Amino acid sequence: MGKRVLLIEDEPNIIEAISFILSRDGFTVHTHEDGETAFAKVTATPPDMVILDVMLPGRSGFDILRDLRGDARTKTLPVLMLTARGQKKDRDLAAELGADHFMTKPFSNTEIREHVRRVLGT
Amino acid sequence: MHKYDGACVNCFLCARRKQLKRFTVLPIANRLHTGTRIRERRLDLGLRQAELAKRLGISASYLNLIEHNHRRIAGPLLVAMGKALDVDPTLLTQGAARATLDQMHAAASSADTPPEVARTEELAARYPGWADVIAGQQSRIAALEARIQELTDRMTSDPELATSLHAVISAVTSIRSTAAILTSDESLDADWLRRFHRNIHDDAIRLAGSSDALVRYLDAPADSDVPLSPFDEVRSALDQSGFHIPSLEKPRGDPAAAAANAGLSPAATLLLETYLARYHQVAQILPLANFTPVIMRVGAAPDVLADHFNVPLVDVLIRCATLPDIAGVPAMGLAMCDGSGAITFEKQIPGFALPPSGRACPLWPLFTAIGQPDRPIKTAVGLPGQQQDRFACYAIATQRTGSLTRPPSVSATMLVIPAPEIEPANVLPVGPTCRICPRKGCDARREPTALGSAL
Repeated sequence: MGKRVLLIEDEPNIIEAISFILSRDGFTVHTHEDGETAFAKVTATPPDMVILDVMLPGRSGFDILRDLRGDARTKTLPVLMLTARGQKKDRDLAAELGADHFMTKPFSNTEIREHVRRVLGT
Repeated sequence: MHKYDGACVNCFLCARRKQLKRFTVLPIANRLHTGTRIRERRLDLGLRQAELAKRLGISASYLNLIEHNHRRIAGPLLVAMGKALDVDPTLLTQGAARATLDQMHAAASSADTPPEVARTEELAARYPGWADVIAGQQSRIAALEARIQELTDRMTSDPELATSLHAVISAVTSIRSTAAILTSDESLDADWLRRFHRNIHDDAIRLAGSSDALVRYLDAPADSDVPLSPFDEVRSALDQSGFHIPSLEKPRGDPAAAAANAGLSPAATLLLETYLARYHQVAQILPLANFTPVIMRVGAAPDVLADHFNVPLVDVLIRCATLPDIAGVPAMGLAMCDGSGAITFEKQIPGFALPPSGRACPLWPLFTAIGQPDRPIKTAVGLPGQQQDRFACYAIATQRTGSLTRPPSVSATMLVIPAPEIEPANVLPVGPTCRICPRKGCDARREPTALGSAL
């Protein structure tokens, strides 16, 4: 079983595309669509990496990231932030909250694949 | 009759003897005079003195005295003069309006190469039509800049726009990823192929819908001919309807209905309703039937009126600015600002205008009052420039009590009363806003003037 990636994203077709390309690379991809319950999902079975969208229903990706960095179990968990807003203030906020990387939509498949491979060392 | 004595080189009588050129620049003191403006206008029209005098039914020598400021002109003769010279008589007696001159100065301040700022009033008096064009263009540029700022704010903070953009970008992201998978070299099984084709189809439809919504959203401002902020909408609506609103003088007046009937944007309607509610409140506290005879007797003296009626000064200030035309009572201006100094309401009168952006001259009593809640301020102020407009200002700040979690909110109100009778030496020198204020050595200056020392 490959390393586990949790994709927290609410757009079904983006979920399907990312899941497909990462699965094809040998990763085990789990998905979650709701911001409100995302933190519980991560802590229940911590994955090897989280891909986290900023704009989610219920709770923003920034709030979830803040919780993740405040919890000993997920403090060092690699997190890749995805957002449709490429503004500098969002990147700065993501970095300040402890995101490992920040990617602006629309990203390329190659970009996201390479980043996940680099982080998970495959 | 004036005699040339060899010393006075600047008056037209002497200038004629010395055969100076027609457009000799006159010193400031001369340009202020009605007669000088009449002469300049006549010369611009190519009229001979005798010809104009004949049209007016006066002697050429009498016209000559008027033109050289040795005789005053007023009443029917002034009206006839305006008609003969095809110009508003008030332009002959008062020169261009302060607002026009301010706008012309503002236009000058934005020019790469400063024009002849010292001759602004001369230009306005000689070519009032062009002056209005320049002022109008400047006003429109300022309105457009405000609109751009509003749109910029909207782009960065409007949740509706953020949602629309998010929908577009999400669809584009999905299409891009899915298309990349479909066009990769690797073969896909039929099931995945079908799913990705369907996803692209769905995303394309979603993208079309969200793009359409976005275009409609961005097109919306283009529908409005005049780009206005909610503040400007309210000011413009009141400028047109007048600041005295008879329906709100009645106890049963309905501010909400009056605001709704103005046909403004939702944000402006809310602003207008807040103001009209205050108006209605003051109109009931100080009914016209009681207030009018007293102000006619004591004059525009808000402190005296507040004592007489035993009401807060701020109520009197608002009442004075919302009166109908009353013989012997001047039209009065009003300004309100919040704790940050941003102007939240303004009734302009000739010579008095503040920029709404909170960049007004900090010396206006309005801003003195904001730092001293509940303390009435009375100050005579004077504006720079050749007309040296002077006003008696009454201001007071009021504050709403705060709480442990919320600071008190403070706002100030200032009544502006034209006071040409006050000597220039007895006023506090203020300006419109630093950028177009020529005053030197002002401790309150926040940015350099664009006018240099031209005035």
